Amino acid sequence: MEKTWNNKAWFMVLPVLVLVAFSAVIPLMTVVNYSVQDTFGNNEFFWAGTDWFLETLESDRFWDALTRNLIFSAIILTIQIPLGIVIALNMPKKGIGVPICLVLMALPLLIPWNVVGTIWQVFGRVDIGLLGRTLASLGINYNYVQNPIDAWVTLIVMDVWHWTSLVVLLCYAGLVSIPDAYYQAAKIDGASRWSVFRYIQLPKMKRVLLIAFLLRFMDSFMIYTEPFVVTGGGPGNSTTFLSIDLVKMAIGQFDLGPAAALSIIYFLIILLLSWIFYTVMTTSDAQG
Amino acid sequence: MARINLEHIRHAYGAKPKSEADYALREVHHEWNDGGAYALLGPSGCGKTTLLNIISGLINPSEGRILFDGHDVTNLSTQERNIAQVFQFPVIYDTMTVYDNLAFPLRNRHVPEAEVDRRVKEIIEMTGLGGWAKKTARRLTADQKQKISLGRGLVRSDVSAILFDEPLTVIDPEMKWVLRSQIKRLHKQFGFTMVYVTHDQTEALTFADKVVVMYDGQIVQIGTPAELFERPRHTFVGYFIGSPGMNVLPATIEGSKAAVGNESIALNFQPKVTPGAKTELGIRPEFIMLGREGMPVMITKVEDIGRRKIVRARFADRPISIVVDEDGEIPAEPRVTFDPKAINVYADSWRVGEEA
Repeated sequence: MEKTWNNKAWFMVLPVLVLVAFSAVIPLMTVVNYSVQDTFGNNEFFWAGTDWFLETLESDRFWDALTRNLIFSAIILTIQIPLGIVIALNMPKKGIGVPICLVLMALPLLIPWNVVGTIWQVFGRVDIGLLGRTLASLGINYNYVQNPIDAWVTLIVMDVWHWTSLVVLLCYAGLVSIPDAYYQAAKIDGASRWSVFRYIQLPKMKRVLLIAFLLRFMDSFMIYTEPFVVTGGGPGNSTTFLSIDLVKMAIGQFDLGPAAALSIIYFLIILLLSWIFYTVMTTSDAQG
Repeated sequence: MARINLEHIRHAYGAKPKSEADYALREVHHEWNDGGAYALLGPSGCGKTTLLNIISGLINPSEGRILFDGHDVTNLSTQERNIAQVFQFPVIYDTMTVYDNLAFPLRNRHVPEAEVDRRVKEIIEMTGLGGWAKKTARRLTADQKQKISLGRGLVRSDVSAILFDEPLTVIDPEMKWVLRSQIKRLHKQFGFTMVYVTHDQTEALTFADKVVVMYDGQIVQIGTPAELFERPRHTFVGYFIGSPGMNVLPATIEGSKAAVGNESIALNFQPKVTPGAKTELGIRPEFIMLGREGMPVMITKVEDIGRRKIVRARFADRPISIVVDEDGEIPAEPRVTFDPKAINVYADSWRVGEEA
């Protein structure tokens, strides 16, 4: 068949291009613009080349924050993915329990992030917070304002509370799509509970788990609002993640050049890690 | 291998069945002989699958008992009953290889690996999946997948019974034939008790020694293919078995005569009919002779189906079908006679015998 060439078709793509330009390309290019220049206000710019990038990459501040981010994401993923699977497996498949569970699960996801932060900030306070007071009265020395470990535990518990539901809902969607015949056949074949999970449920959840994994990785790696509200990056710098550092740099100190360079590096790290996870997980899928 | 007794089994899917209509299965009481090959035949929704799942233990019946070789197994799990079952749609473990799929039921039961290997290779050869043994099962076509499902049912040598739930629905016609004969051969070779659910009468009649016809949650007739054909106990059986099905004509019975419309038909027996019952006459299209003598009919259509012709006609203002040989002539003023030996009389849809 002869291919029809009609360049007018490009006009059809134009609205999308304009939209993407305004929503992504132009803001991103502004950041790129800042990252290679220096400014002292008055709209005067001086060419800085790769100086800001080198400065960022050589600073301990950047590497410390990045390490915190990586550790945080690793902990979040190791807790939330298995926990989400376990909860999804134990959710009812039919009956009145289904809508109840689904609504309960969806609730934390509906709460705005700064509200989540505020809830936990108050909840954990030693003087008036329910959690803080309770722990204190039990004789546990818990204070997220002074103790870095307590601050981390608070942030992790908060994130688990806030986001495990997402993993649960995705896994649940995967589980309910398995026809009854599979479970019946497994019974006939004498499969153990573990075999049913390993050979029926897990393979069926694989795709949604990939999505859950990527979403939770990206989100936890970009975490900002909740630690900002709860700990403000403290005590000391113990919960200063890249995002918090970035805002301090850009808005607190008004160092637009280094902040822009950090933004781009931050963005590239997320892009690269997501791509690696995606590739690794999909190729193992194709081979298996 | 086992003899299976179903004692007064009833089943309702709802929690508290109020009326007879709430039961998916209304009273099934039947013995399945050890080593028998049974086909469970009936239209969709008549309770075939429910009955099968009750035998295998996937469903616990609301009422009644199930015995295997005289032992009560009503409360035993599927695994304890040691049943193999093949489902309508292929179920495969798609992360496993074809070989592992087939070995799965054996390995779960801790069969020694040498024995597993021997059995699996046998099944692989039988199903012709040789080239696929080491590949993942996910990439197979639907009928290959169903062969694996079948294979997993057949791989165990010690099962009490093998149950098939319309296993060949997704398989193409040619392969259907092959697989059916293989199942049949396995039955002869190993003597498993087999129950085969289907809504395809050809499948049922070729597979089974005894065909169990179900309709509306109950067993309406159990018999050999010949019995079902010649003496259907219920008008439904007459209609369901045979192609085209039996002609059922409303009739009034008086002594050993039946009247259909204005026509009077002689019977060779005197049926025992309770007064007030709805009486009908059943005769198979194969036993109606079309010729120049007898009662008048009006032919509406002739369908040539190869070796035979099906004549659709109106008799006493009722549609009837008549089967004629390929070269049988159809006269210009057609008349019909009914073979008296092949006439069955039904009262309220159930066949009635001779007056005692």
